[in-house]
Amino acid sequence: MRAFLAALLLLGAAGAAAVEPGERLSDPALEARARALSQELRCLVCQNQSIDDSSAPLARDLRLLVRERLQAGDGDAAVRDYLVARYGDFVLLRPPVKAATLALWLAPPILLALGAAIAFVAFRRRRRAPMAAAGLSEAERARLAELLADRPDPDGSPHTGGPPGGGGR
Amino acid sequence: MIVELGHFALALALLVALAQGTLPLWGAGRGDRRLMGLAAPAAVAQGALVLAAFAALTYAFVVSDFSVALVANNSHSAKPMLYKVTGVWGNHEGSMLLWVLILAVFGAAVALFGGNLPPRLKARVLAIQGLVGVGFLLFLLATSNPFLRLDPAPADGRDLNPLLQDPGLAFHPPMLYLGYVGSSVAFSFAVAALIEGRVDAAWARWVRPWTLAAWCTLTMGIALGSWWAYYELGWGGWWFWDPVENASFMPWLVITALLHSAIVVEKRDALKGWTILLAIIAFSLSLLGTFLVRSGVLTSVHAFAVDPERGVFILALLIVVIGGSLLLYAVRAPALAPGGLFAPVSREGALVLNNLLLSTAAATVLVGTLYPLVLEAVNGAKVSVGAPYFEATFVPLMVPLVVAMAVGPLLAWKRADLSGAMGRLWIAAAAGILAALVAAWLSGGRPVLALLGIALAAWLVIGAAVDVAERVRLFRIPAGASLSRARHLPRSAWGAAIAHAGTGILVAGAVAASAWKAELVEVVPVGGEVRLGGYTYRLERVDSVPGPNWRAEQATVTIRSGERTVATVHPEKRFYPVQAMPTTEAAIHTLWVLDLYVVLGDPDGKGAWTMRIYHEPLVPWLWIGAAIMAAGGLLSLSDRRLRVGAPARRRLPAGAARA
Repeated sequence: MRAFLAALLLLGAAGAAAVEPGERLSDPALEARARALSQELRCLVCQNQSIDDSSAPLARDLRLLVRERLQAGDGDAAVRDYLVARYGDFVLLRPPVKAATLALWLAPPILLALGAAIAFVAFRRRRRAPMAAAGLSEAERARLAELLADRPDPDGSPHTGGPPGGGGR
Repeated sequence: MIVELGHFALALALLVALAQGTLPLWGAGRGDRRLMGLAAPAAVAQGALVLAAFAALTYAFVVSDFSVALVANNSHSAKPMLYKVTGVWGNHEGSMLLWVLILAVFGAAVALFGGNLPPRLKARVLAIQGLVGVGFLLFLLATSNPFLRLDPAPADGRDLNPLLQDPGLAFHPPMLYLGYVGSSVAFSFAVAALIEGRVDAAWARWVRPWTLAAWCTLTMGIALGSWWAYYELGWGGWWFWDPVENASFMPWLVITALLHSAIVVEKRDALKGWTILLAIIAFSLSLLGTFLVRSGVLTSVHAFAVDPERGVFILALLIVVIGGSLLLYAVRAPALAPGGLFAPVSREGALVLNNLLLSTAAATVLVGTLYPLVLEAVNGAKVSVGAPYFEATFVPLMVPLVVAMAVGPLLAWKRADLSGAMGRLWIAAAAGILAALVAAWLSGGRPVLALLGIALAAWLVIGAAVDVAERVRLFRIPAGASLSRARHLPRSAWGAAIAHAGTGILVAGAVAASAWKAELVEVVPVGGEVRLGGYTYRLERVDSVPGPNWRAEQATVTIRSGERTVATVHPEKRFYPVQAMPTTEAAIHTLWVLDLYVVLGDPDGKGAWTMRIYHEPLVPWLWIGAAIMAAGGLLSLSDRRLRVGAPARRRLPAGAARA
């Protein structure tokens, strides 16, 4: 049990997903930054995998490249810019906010606001409307009359049609 | 010969579906009972014919008839029998045949069990189901015929992709398709209701069980897929926001919303137009999911453009079905009579909030999934929309949803007392705070958002318990009386509470697994040891092991905690010679609150192997939570009121007797 608790407690464990032991940087702070960056960079030849997850050779090259840039003293943004300059926005799993992706980032809040507005308006309109739902409508009254007469209804609702259990035969 | 019979049965099914899709619809419009009466036998015949076709293809796979192109391309004589059978749907053509089979069988089920449906509605529902069948049977026969022969036949087959030779993935597609296609029944009912211009409680009672069944199977299908990814792909991930996953997740979100809005139609006769729209959207997204996965458009827009036959066909089908039904909706929905009134704070109001958040979430996933495709098609720019985008947009929508999930069931219909409901949830709030404190103590207090997630999970589980306790008036009336109330509580009430609690357990698993995963990668010599979080892993040996259609390097790893041996596990690296493909078989030892996940990597050539070890906290809760959700759904499905279906059957004979 103690070991189990310790396992749950052990959260900052050093390590890597697809990273090979030999790739790791000796400076743990730099390595942690490399891991965080790698998780948001796409393995360009894979389907929707980060270079941190992928074991493809290209992902390995990119992991080494990221570490190289970090060791050269680049900041996180500089590393990202460096990769975007070489591979385009495609390399970023978190798309940058710019003109071409504005709709992507704004869609969720706008859709939520739009949905909320429609619900709000519907509530307001319904509350001001008279209690139309009370009682039977003209059509329903007509249907009721037909139902009581128990005769098939040529073009109205099917809920009144025909003798019971007829199943349409 | 049997294969040709299957082919013939499929062609015949197309003709039957054509009759089923047109004549009863025409008959329903004219009030012609004989034409309407054609629908049910046609639906049963179509089901039987497609079943025969499917059986013929299965036979070809079982006996390894390599003169059938599909079998030669996707099977192998040395493959285990289980995977010969599941290989039937482990490929494009076979999986589309399975799709059509489920569609036709569901249509037959509506025909056989729909005796209490009003004949006109039944004729129209079956006709719509038939028309959808026509589209997909045409697609199969014209672009994806599973029965094509090869001449000369090869001596042996090319085998199934090894990643698919797995029990989890073997049953993932059928479950998923049951869910996808289950939504076709709700769709057919929705379109039929639009044609009739009438939606009422009886309609909702028919739509709910089908939606519920679709929801249960889709939940299980997605969970199976996620479970498979977790143990098979070998890095312990369980959800990747991959377009293929999103394709199944979008219908799930909308079907979940539909499930809840149909309750409002049934109980309160409100939200009718919206529920119809959700039914249309749910099936549209199921079709879209099929299109995305089956057309190859996801791999690359260019791959789609080079071999567009199938993609264009499904796209056209998509446009006809979605465009047609939405057009019908636009024309007919305003004519639907408005239903019961309710205040914003009420059970109905809570369900509207549920629908708002779930639909927005589905739309967000849709936008994120399609955006790269659309952008590339429009101006050639390539962007990636990956997990960071979905986590940033999806999670904020789920937080209020989970908060509201515990409150909603405690609210009364029409007009409710919010502060009263919150007051009764004090114990759930306390449980949430306690759970967050325990998580903080175990984790050292970070990340804070994960603590919030754990608190929400506990709030939801205990909130579901409070819901049941309130219904049986626990501790307010004698225990025996409470017990009796519990026995008489409708199964749908139990089902809802259980499914909500299951969601809470799943949330806890998702939060813990994302926030507190621990990893270790080391090169370990045989006989060497590594430690991770109080557990010692000793690489005892690595052996070569033969399998039926693969060979493996199998490691023996002893896991110890202190002096005690916890487990001996055998991670493998397999190689499938026919497809020249390696796979990793991770060894997972589950402690139910923690998975010890061991992967064997590459040898370094000097007697040492790369070992990857992951500690995955609460991951089993993901599958347990999903299983509980599905179990809650199934329990609700067995509710007497839903089994009885439309109440019209019982009332009509009484009325008829009087008349």
